[in-house]
Amino acid sequence: MARKKNRMSQEVNAGSMADIAFLLLIFFLVTTTIASDKGILNVLPPKLDPNNPPPEIDKNERNIFTILVNANDQLLVEGEYAEPEGLDEEIKLFVLNFGQPDEEASALYNSLPASLRALAQQDPESSDHPNEAVVSIKTNRGTSYERFLEVFDLAKKAYFDIYAARVNLTTDEYRALSGKDAAEQALIDKGKENLPMAISIAEPDKIGS
Amino acid sequence: MAKFSKKTKTSENIPTSALPDIIFMLLFFFMVTTVLREQEILVEQKIPQATQLQKLQKKTLISYVYIGKPKNTALYGSEPRVQANDALLNTADIVQWVNRERDALPEADRPMITISMKVDRDVKMGPISDVQTELRDADARRVLYASVGKVAGN
Repeated sequence: MARKKNRMSQEVNAGSMADIAFLLLIFFLVTTTIASDKGILNVLPPKLDPNNPPPEIDKNERNIFTILVNANDQLLVEGEYAEPEGLDEEIKLFVLNFGQPDEEASALYNSLPASLRALAQQDPESSDHPNEAVVSIKTNRGTSYERFLEVFDLAKKAYFDIYAARVNLTTDEYRALSGKDAAEQALIDKGKENLPMAISIAEPDKIGS
Repeated sequence: MAKFSKKTKTSENIPTSALPDIIFMLLFFFMVTTVLREQEILVEQKIPQATQLQKLQKKTLISYVYIGKPKNTALYGSEPRVQANDALLNTADIVQWVNRERDALPEADRPMITISMKVDRDVKMGPISDVQTELRDADARRVLYASVGKVAGN
């Protein structure tokens, strides 16, 4: 009977496989730019129709939270010189002021968690209720983009904080909700319900730029 | 006397047969996440920081606009310019460009086109507002202010 001789190892020498893989790995490491499609979403107002001017909206001054940024990147918040620090808290206080809530707003107020209800100061000089409240950001043509984005970011933060608190999430968790499935969408909708994000960005003025 | 002798000799070399697998795993990760740059950025891009970042679901809807000071100041001047695709645009041509981008999308997605504005942090609001006016004219009203996450202090 033919006996098997001492056979050679049948394995392919895979030692250099790692080297080849390393080479490819380094190539992709160098060429990679991880795409960052993150940013702050904004929806611009529709185009102005010259035949159809937008309706005049008279809102009470108390329902508008005005933030002016001048060409030197200085802030004028509600008529007073201010720093961007703490602006988000001020916006939150403004939105949740509930100065003169109507029936609907009272129902909204009752649905809010205690942490948000505590912010309602019912100051007659501030917003009537969240549906009326508008945060208006007006810049100058000379304002730097960085400062504008900072202010816009803070305004967004105020709203997201409120939404997140309504659904018992942290702000980061709320923002990370993608609405991919029905449960996430329901959470998003619950946060926003009856509380529209009203941030208005006025056309920059030309003075002093 | 007790003898301390090693009973078994363990093999001294580390098995490296799994090494290629690990490396391949890394390789595939980078292959999947990589986006080869298909265009050269002609303007300076120092993206500002922000905290309230959101991610868009469908990347195909995004068209990119780059705004910043041209890198080649001798050729293009030092005023902020708008770049789309691989050429610098005049503000007046933006409407046309948006329409072209929109036509490239499937019909159902066209109203949802999103312009990602990658703006250098040193640009002033003037040019940006001009671009936004053009975007409104083109009816591409969803705008994403591209920014990177702020690390310290939320």
